[in-house]
Amino acid sequence: MLANYGYSDGSGNYFITIDTDMCNGCGDCVEACPARVFEVVDENPHDPMNEEPVAIVVADKKKKLKYECGPCKPASDRPPLPCMEACKAGAISHSW
Amino acid sequence: MAEEQKREFWRWLESNWVNPDINWRNAQYVTVGIDVGSVSSQAVVMADGQIFAYGNMRTGSDSPNSATNALKFALEKADLPEDKINYLIGTGYGRVNVPMADRTVTEIACHARGANFIYGPEVRTVLDVGGQDIKVIRCDAKGKVTNFLMNDKCAAGTGRGMEVFSDLLSVPIGEVGERSFEVDREPPPVSSTCVVYAKSEATGLLRKGWKTNEVLAAYCAAMAERIFSLMERVGVEPEFAITGGMAKNRGVIDRLKKKVGLEPMKTKWDSQIAGAVGAALFGYALCQKGKGRK
Amino acid sequence: MIIAGIDCGAKNTKTVIMKDGQIIGKGIVPTGFEQSRAVNESLKIALKEAGITKDQLNHIGGTGSGAKAITDADVKVNDIKAIAAAANYFFPNSRTVADVGAEEGRAVKVNAQGDVEDFAINAKCAAGAGAFIEAMARALETPLTEIGQLALTSTNPIPLNSQCAIFAESEVVGLIHAKTDKQDISRAIHDAMASRIVSMIRRIGVNPDVVMVGGVAYNPAFVAALKRELNVDQIYIPEQPELAAAVGAAVVAAQEGN
Repeated sequence: MLANYGYSDGSGNYFITIDTDMCNGCGDCVEACPARVFEVVDENPHDPMNEEPVAIVVADKKKKLKYECGPCKPASDRPPLPCMEACKAGAISHSW
Repeated sequence: MAEEQKREFWRWLESNWVNPDINWRNAQYVTVGIDVGSVSSQAVVMADGQIFAYGNMRTGSDSPNSATNALKFALEKADLPEDKINYLIGTGYGRVNVPMADRTVTEIACHARGANFIYGPEVRTVLDVGGQDIKVIRCDAKGKVTNFLMNDKCAAGTGRGMEVFSDLLSVPIGEVGERSFEVDREPPPVSSTCVVYAKSEATGLLRKGWKTNEVLAAYCAAMAERIFSLMERVGVEPEFAITGGMAKNRGVIDRLKKKVGLEPMKTKWDSQIAGAVGAALFGYALCQKGKGRK
Repeated sequence: MIIAGIDCGAKNTKTVIMKDGQIIGKGIVPTGFEQSRAVNESLKIALKEAGITKDQLNHIGGTGSGAKAITDADVKVNDIKAIAAAANYFFPNSRTVADVGAEEGRAVKVNAQGDVEDFAINAKCAAGAGAFIEAMARALETPLTEIGQLALTSTNPIPLNSQCAIFAESEVVGLIHAKTDKQDISRAIHDAMASRIVSMIRRIGVNPDVVMVGGVAYNPAFVAALKRELNVDQIYIPEQPELAAAVGAAVVAAQEGN
């Protein structure tokens, strides 16, 4: 499942996509993210019959991703994103 | 005045229904799904995975009462005591406020599962435009989610955005769709996505001499564009179904259909109960796994 | 050399007349729905105050979201460049400039020469612009000119959770119904808005001196919240912060005009 967390508003699209088929629930992204955007839950909330741990975006961060992720996204010379670097499975991507 | 009209619009949607062909006493499991949305709440009662009764009503100012009222309303004409329920799942924006729920499930999962039931297993893309959010969900033949997004941060494209415009133009929200087609020529869409800016843009258009219906048409077209851009992000695969209150606004939906190039699926059921149906079906599946109330 | 700088913005159109680097006239009119009328009107007022006629102008620099309507401009000045030039004109030590106008927020990193080194923009969404505070003031039934003072009297910070101005309006109405103090709601409005602007500023880095321009700089509660969130002692604001882009346009036109 491609879980797109975030939003689109007049100023742009701000989505973090987690590919739940790739995510193994290891939690490396949770530690790597300075804004604590991720958490690991016991089962995919959007697939309640599947009881495997998976990473999701924390509920109260979803509507603020543009701001939460801001520090990792300087206007120029953007370094690699820590969450994407930490995810060995390559399950995380950003739309902006 | 405008407040009155909005209320009127939703009031006619309130309905409850009991399936005369089902006797719940013959069922192994009675499961309930309650979907507490920002504007309307639905309770669906299923007997072994078939719809036995439902109620659809306006959400009140506090969610726990809305959930209880929706269930009472669904059971009004059904001879079923509440203690015969084997599993009850809360879903929707107010799902944490369903006091009698055994558990909650996200509206994403419930909508996909419910659409699979009420539209049939061919449905692959579900669009839900509610009072405060837009959901685009892709699912497989079993109603399992394969790709989704939910936009509940921004009012653009939601029912709330349309309410703001019906207020601004003093047009009852139930008339917006029809009136948006009563124009000599289709105007270009309102260019601002943000509802606050679209409002000032619309005021400017009225000053320029545009007719109210033309501004409505331009806004409906902008809503369709907005919704379509979110659908494109997830990708649209046929068959395609639309649920939620906006499904009843022709002004937006007819314009959206043209962009998508697909005719939305039809169903004999009220599409607004999709989320609650999905919740009740998850309850049924959990009962079959032995997790129901003893 | 006499130069006019005109900034046709979403809400107001502003003109300044500068003679040898000094401001000698200014005109501010609401943009309304006819941008070119607003441009001519603001220019007329500014010329009158300067006591000169239009044909005495050596150059006209035009900027702002409605810059196209400034048909008299012989130098079109990019918005970001105008902000940087203005910050440098008022405060030569400025390095980080926040510009918060009615419909847009910008952050510009500027060097000692007033050149743009980096920038970030928040546009087309009311959540990160003056329009947010304006909409909330309406919901609170408090004049826009008073909401800042009101917020400063709050001692009880509360959160405002909605990010969208439309949803926040309902949240504010809900808070009023719940009998929340008006000053606390006002503060929450400013804090929410400031945290968004701060996040944008951080994307270009926070380097002293920090300068703020744009109409929202008149709002003391917003400036206080910005100071708190940026953790800086001082934010420099020119006397008429809403004129900054017009001043910048004039400064650039003086340099670039032929």
